[in-house]
Amino acid sequence: MSDLLDILLSSVFINNLALSFFLGMCTFLAVSKRVDTAFGVGLAIICVQTVTVPVNNLIYVYILAPGALSWAGLDDVDLSFLSLIAFIGVIAAMVQVLEMILEYRIPRLYRALGIFLPLITVNCAILGGTLFMVERDYTFVESVVYGFGTGTGWALAIVLLAAIRERLKYSDIPDGLQGLGMSFMVVGLMSLGFMAFSGLG
Amino acid sequence: MDENTISEDPIHALLLVLGVAVVCALLVSTSAVTLRPHYAANLEAHRLAQLGSILGALSERGYEVSAQEVESRVVELAGGAYSEKLDPSTFDARTAAVDPGNSIAIPADRDVAHIKRRAKHATVYLARDGSGNVDLLILPVRGSGYQSSLYGFLALEGDASTVVALKFYEQGDTPGMGARIQDPSWEALWPGKQVYDDTGTVRIGVARGKVSPGSVDAEHMVDGISGATRTSRGVHGLLRFWLGDFGFGPYLERVRRGEG
Amino acid sequence: MVGNRYWNSLVTPLIGENPITLQILGICSALAVTTTLDTALVMSGAVTCVLALSGASISLIRRRVPRSVRIIVQITIIASLVIVVDQVLKAFAFEISLRLSVFVGLIVTNCIVLGRAEAFAMHNGVLASILDGIGNGLGYSLILVLVGAIREFFGHGSLLGKQILWTTAQGGGFDPLHLMLLPPSAFFIIGGIIWFIRARRPEQVDRSEFQIRDELQEERR
Repeated sequence: MSDLLDILLSSVFINNLALSFFLGMCTFLAVSKRVDTAFGVGLAIICVQTVTVPVNNLIYVYILAPGALSWAGLDDVDLSFLSLIAFIGVIAAMVQVLEMILEYRIPRLYRALGIFLPLITVNCAILGGTLFMVERDYTFVESVVYGFGTGTGWALAIVLLAAIRERLKYSDIPDGLQGLGMSFMVVGLMSLGFMAFSGLG
Repeated sequence: MDENTISEDPIHALLLVLGVAVVCALLVSTSAVTLRPHYAANLEAHRLAQLGSILGALSERGYEVSAQEVESRVVELAGGAYSEKLDPSTFDARTAAVDPGNSIAIPADRDVAHIKRRAKHATVYLARDGSGNVDLLILPVRGSGYQSSLYGFLALEGDASTVVALKFYEQGDTPGMGARIQDPSWEALWPGKQVYDDTGTVRIGVARGKVSPGSVDAEHMVDGISGATRTSRGVHGLLRFWLGDFGFGPYLERVRRGEG
Repeated sequence: MVGNRYWNSLVTPLIGENPITLQILGICSALAVTTTLDTALVMSGAVTCVLALSGASISLIRRRVPRSVRIIVQITIIASLVIVVDQVLKAFAFEISLRLSVFVGLIVTNCIVLGRAEAFAMHNGVLASILDGIGNGLGYSLILVLVGAIREFFGHGSLLGKQILWTTAQGGGFDPLHLMLLPPSAFFIIGGIIWFIRARRPEQVDRSEFQIRDELQEERR
């Protein structure tokens, strides 16, 4: 149990996908101008990540990994070179499915997320989360926790950045640094701040 | 303007997607097959380089052994005997560990290194003295650190009990904390430690915190790394596993009996 | 005339429309691989290759791809190219491939690759797409190499592994800036580069939607 709590806390704070590994930066910097839109994209990421990491875990363990097909009697088959394309396919499919489910079951959330749901397919953080899960050899339950944790960490980071950017509008910043330049500097400082959490390890 | 001329006919879409899939599959398979020999050669060279890292550590302690003098043998871990069928230059324990035919699952209560599976065999490296007795023994060890897998070599003297060096060549734990298992100052704590106590029980390990000098533990344990509890427990676990009955225990028994 | 257009495709993404500093694309992998110059160079080469080849192949079939399947077709082609590049790296630049680890795989979701495929290769000819791919790859490489060089030089005192300033640990006088070894330094450096570019090219400045009135100045008038 403490193992799972450990994975959760480390993926939200210490190994935050946005501020420690810098994944999903494109969306992170482009969609963080206002807190409400940042919150929307954060929610979307949590949903997608919590579903795709465990699903990819199952696919890797039971189909792609070396020796994974032993339940079908094919001991020697190693399909791990197909991992990349399989994971991307799963992510694209999951985003599509999620879109349909939300549209018919929770229309309010669907409308709130809007355009950001399809944009998630190409978010590096989603694929990165899956690739890290494979590298660390997580079980199914650990994958669920890891997926939820990494999604939440990313959402937390983007909402924080949006809040800071909104306040920065009142500051007198040199023209060249306004907008993107300042955001880079702020994210650098935020990630330095998050590094303080590594002492919890 | 191009879109108007493309038919949205589903058959057309299916054919195109299949066509793209076939071409891509051909491309990827061809490159995989033609490049595999190069990749395999690189892996082998990399492994020799890793062995070089512990040989370097050994020479610092006065054991001058070159990679050529080192004898490599494949050991069957269950009984501890050398395997006559497997060739050390082609056997790779890492791939064997995930292959269900060549590995076993470790029962959860015995899996103190948290590696879940281990290969049925392992490659060990030996140096012998003039009369053919084992003078130096290098064992590959692996386990789980805080956020990465730890891979290293443990070098023992011919008595299969005194540590000469413990060197990790691959780990991904936190720099400044868990990664300090690769710090020369921590590595320097290991030489001279005894694996077994007088009753033959495995007592080697990493203490929680500092070891009190003069206590019984001082002969077998080193100080834990402050701020890196998980990594320290990881090293402790992997040493206990690989030197125990599920690891090299049976093999080391044979070496001590002179059958190494 | 036509040659001019091709030349523009190659040169504009360097500063005028740099993928990282203006288009906000390709940032993810840019940061983690710039701790040293050699990994930055290899990553730049890999991304430029993938951009050029994917631009060419997607442009080749652009008139035959129905809208409904276009994203998955693009991703399939890009993913296959990335797998091949990864295998080439493992075969011919093994040590570097170990250090690049998971980031080569992430080229698949590198926003530049999919972004240029959607925005350019789907609507332009093969040669133009190749040049656009190379141009954007070069723009990306420019930033990566700059950041990589600065970080390695100030963090280790070396460039491409060759020591230039001897550190105090090696007996010299240079005390390396350890901040450069940490990822946030890449952010500060890129922020600085953006500031420099926009000071020289004011048309790239981010104008905010509203200007806050400077009440003090108004009172003085």
